[in-house]
Amino acid sequence: MQTPTLFALLLLLILVAYGTGFSRALSAARSLGGLRNLASLPSYYGIFAALWCGLPALILLGAWLIFDDAIIRAMVLNSVADKPETISGQNLLYAQIQNLAAGHMLGEATPRLQEAADHLSQLRSSSNNMQAFMSLILAVGLGAFALLRFSPQLRAREKVEKVLRAILIACACAAIFTTVGILFSVLFESLRFFQSVPVTEFLFGLHWSPQMALRADQVGSSGAFGAVPLFTGTLMVSAIAMFVAVPIGLMAAIYLAEYASKRVRAVAKPILEILAGVPTVVYGFFAALTVAPFIRDLATSVGLEASSESALAAGLVMGIMIIPFVSSLSDDVINAVPQSLRDGALGLGSTHSETVRKVVIPAALPGIVGGVLLAVSRAIGETMIVVMAAGLAANLTANPLESVTTVTVQIVTLLVGDQEFDSPKTLAAFALGLMLFVTTLVLNFIALHVVKKYREQYD
Amino acid sequence: MTNLTQAQVRERIEKRLASRHRKEKLFRGLGIASIAFGVLAVVILFSDIISKGSGAFMQTAIQLEIHYDAQVLDIDKVDDESLAWANFSGVIRQALRERFPSVTSRGEKRELYTLVSSGAPFTLRDRLADDPELLGKSEKVWFAADDDVDTFVKSLKDSKEGFRGRTSEQKAGWIEQLLDSGELKKRFNTTFFTNGDSREPEQAGIRAALMGSLFTLLVTLALSFPIGVAAAIYLEEYAPKNRWTDLIEVNINNLAAVPSIVFGLLGLAIFINFFELPRSAPLVGGLVLTLMTLPTIIISSRAALKAVPPSIREAAMGMGASRMQVVFHHVLPLAMPGMLTGAIIGMAQALGETAPLLMIGMVAFIVDVPAGVTDPATVLPVQIFLWADSPERAFVERTSAAIMVLLSVLIVMNASAVLLRKKLERRW
Repeated sequence: MQTPTLFALLLLLILVAYGTGFSRALSAARSLGGLRNLASLPSYYGIFAALWCGLPALILLGAWLIFDDAIIRAMVLNSVADKPETISGQNLLYAQIQNLAAGHMLGEATPRLQEAADHLSQLRSSSNNMQAFMSLILAVGLGAFALLRFSPQLRAREKVEKVLRAILIACACAAIFTTVGILFSVLFESLRFFQSVPVTEFLFGLHWSPQMALRADQVGSSGAFGAVPLFTGTLMVSAIAMFVAVPIGLMAAIYLAEYASKRVRAVAKPILEILAGVPTVVYGFFAALTVAPFIRDLATSVGLEASSESALAAGLVMGIMIIPFVSSLSDDVINAVPQSLRDGALGLGSTHSETVRKVVIPAALPGIVGGVLLAVSRAIGETMIVVMAAGLAANLTANPLESVTTVTVQIVTLLVGDQEFDSPKTLAAFALGLMLFVTTLVLNFIALHVVKKYREQYD
Repeated sequence: MTNLTQAQVRERIEKRLASRHRKEKLFRGLGIASIAFGVLAVVILFSDIISKGSGAFMQTAIQLEIHYDAQVLDIDKVDDESLAWANFSGVIRQALRERFPSVTSRGEKRELYTLVSSGAPFTLRDRLADDPELLGKSEKVWFAADDDVDTFVKSLKDSKEGFRGRTSEQKAGWIEQLLDSGELKKRFNTTFFTNGDSREPEQAGIRAALMGSLFTLLVTLALSFPIGVAAAIYLEEYAPKNRWTDLIEVNINNLAAVPSIVFGLLGLAIFINFFELPRSAPLVGGLVLTLMTLPTIIISSRAALKAVPPSIREAAMGMGASRMQVVFHHVLPLAMPGMLTGAIIGMAQALGETAPLLMIGMVAFIVDVPAGVTDPATVLPVQIFLWADSPERAFVERTSAAIMVLLSVLIVMNASAVLLRKKLERRW
C-alpha cells in the first residue's frame, strides 16, 4: 500500500474513533439523564479514543519511514557475497543494486547483482506490506481498546490533557534538541577531521589550501589546513563592519532617543529598520557589483592598489547591514535609563549633549556593550556578503584593500557541490563550523547575560 | 577661586559656554549625520537595484517571416515524433537569410544566425504543435533576441554607441536596420516569469525558484508555527520556574543568535547524511529553516501570550475551566493576531535566507519547475546568488530584477504583518 493512502486510511480511522467515542458518550449521557452524569464532556471521550487510535500508529509509521531504508540497505548488503570494504565502495554497489531494481540498469547485469536486486525489491514490498499491516492493526486494536474502556466514570479530559501537555513539553524541548543536534553534527565530523589533521596545526597553522590529492604521488598532494588566515580575515572584515556600524548605529540611536521629535522618529526608525529586513544575498550583490568596483576605482585614482574583491567592500556593506541591529538594541537600553538621571544632570546645568555623554551613556553602557557583542557575533557568522564580495584565496594580510577569505566563505566553498564524507576537505568545513558555533555561542552567552543583568538594574 | 571677582567668574563661564554650545551642536550634527547615512544607504541600495534591474522586465524580440516549409522541416505530417525531429532552426535560418539577402559568406551567415535566441526553435515547435494547420503556410513570428543583442539594444538609450561587447560592427548594422523597420522591439518579458533557470539569459526565468521558495516556505510554516506556538504555550502558561525551564530559555535565546550557516551544517549532517533525505529538496530546506525560525516564532508568541491580561485567565478559571481549557479556549484566540504577526516576520526571514540552503544542495542548476516538496528545487535568494555569479552581462539585469521581485514579496509580507498588528491586536 502506498504511504499517502495509508495516511488517509489512518486519518479516516481516527475520525471514526472520534465519532464513535463522542456518540457513545452522548448516548450514555442520555440514558443516565443528562451530560452532568459524565465525568467529562462528550468531545473529550471522542478525543480520548482518537488519540489511542492515532498516536501510536502514527509514531510507528514515522519510525518505520525513517529507518526502513537503512535497515533494508544493511540487509541487502549483508546478503551480497563479496562486498567492498570501503564505505564509498558499498555506496556505489548499493546504488547499482537500486538502479537494477528500478529497471534503469544499462548493459548486462551480473547474476550476483541481479540476485541482490531481486532481494531488494522483495524486501521493499514486504516492508511496505508490514508497515501498512502493523500500523492499521495498531490503530484498530488500540482504538477498540479505548472504546471498550469507555464508562461514564472515565476521566477522559484529564487523560487527554496529560497527553496534550506531553506534546507541549516535547515542542518546548525542540530548542534543546536543535542545540544538541548542532553540537553533535559538528562535533563528530570535527573529531574525525582532527584524527587526520592535528588540532594544533589547524589552530595555529599559517597556510590554508584545502586540496586533497587524487593520487599519492601528485604535486602538492598534501593539503594544508592552517586556519589562521581565515581567522584574521574574519576578524578584519568584522572589525571594518563594526567600525562602520557601532558609531553610526549608536549616534543614530542617541539622536532618535534623545533629540528627535516624534515625527522624525516615526519616519526615520522604520527606514533604518528596512536595512535589517533586506536579505543578505541582496547586500552581497550590492557589495560585489557596486561597492567593490567603486572602492577599486577610488583606490586606483589616489594611486593605491586595490583588489576587486576587497575586505573593505565586504566589511563596509556588512557594517551597513548591522547599523539597525546596533541602533535598535541601543535605543532600547537608552530608553530604559530612568528619566530622573537626565533631569538631575540637566538641573545641575549641563547641556543636553553633556547629559547624554556623561550620564546616559555610562548608565546604559552595559546594555550597549551587550548589544555590540551580539552585533559582533552577527558579523562573524554572516555568510552571503563575504561569499559574494570577499575572496576565496587565504591571504594573511593586514591591508583592507586586498582580498581576504573568512571562515564562513570556506565552509561554503568546501561544502557546495558534490562531496565525499570521508575526505579531510569536507570534514574541515565542520571543524570550521565548530569554531564558528563555539565563538558565537560564547559571545551570545556573555551578551545576553550582560543585557539581562543590566535590565534587572533599573526594573 | 576665592580671589576671583564675580565678574571674572562670569566671564570665564561665558567663555566656556560658547565652546560647550559648539560641542552640543556638533554632537547633534553627528546624530543627524548618522541617520542621514542610514537613510542614504537605503536610497542608494534601492535605486542601484532598480536602475540595474528595471530593464529586465522588457525583452528585445525580433519579428521574422516564417515559412513552415515541410521540406526544410524534413517532416510530412505533424505528430509528437515528427515535432521532436523537425529541423526548426533550418526554417529560422532560412527566414534570416531571406531577410538579409546580401549576406553570403559562411562566417557572416553564422553571425547572422546568432541574432535570435537559441531557444527560438522551441517557440516554433510549440506554435506548430498548437496549430498543425500551419504546415506549409507562412506567418510572422516574434522571437526572443539573443542576450548580446538584448544588451546592445538596451544600452543604446544611454549612449549613441551602445555597449558592443561581442557584437560586431556588421551585426550592429543589422540590428539598426531591424530597429528602423520596426521588426525589432522591446516587449514585456513574460519569459522571466514563466521559465525556470537557463544558461541563456534570454530564456532564464524565476518561476522554478519562486515555486521552490513557495514549497520550502509551506514546509517551514506547517512545522514551525504549530511547534513554536506549542512551545510558547508551555513556557508561558505551564512551565514551573526551575533549572530545566531556564535551560530551555537560554537555548532558545542562543539559537536566535546562532549564524544561519551553522543550521545548514546541521541539515547536511543530520537530514541528508543520517536520515538520507533527498538533496536539494524543499522538504529538507523547510526543515532547516524551521529550526532556524523557531526561536523567532517562540519569542514573539510568548510576547503575545504575555500581553493577554491575567484577568481573562482568572475569569475562565473561576467559571470552572481546566487549565488547558483556559489556554485553548480563551488565551490562545486572544493572542492569535500577535502570534500570526510573529509568524509572518519569521517567514519573511526564512524567505530571504540563503546560506543554509547552499549547504543542503539547493544550489544545483535546476531548469524544471518543482511539483512537490521532494523534487529538486532552488529558491529565489539562491537563484539570485547563482545569477550574480554568471559572467553574462544580461544576467546582471536579471539578477537585479529577481531581487526586485524578492524585495517586493518581503515588503508585502512585512506590510501585512504591520497591518495585522494594527487591525487585530487589542490593547488592554
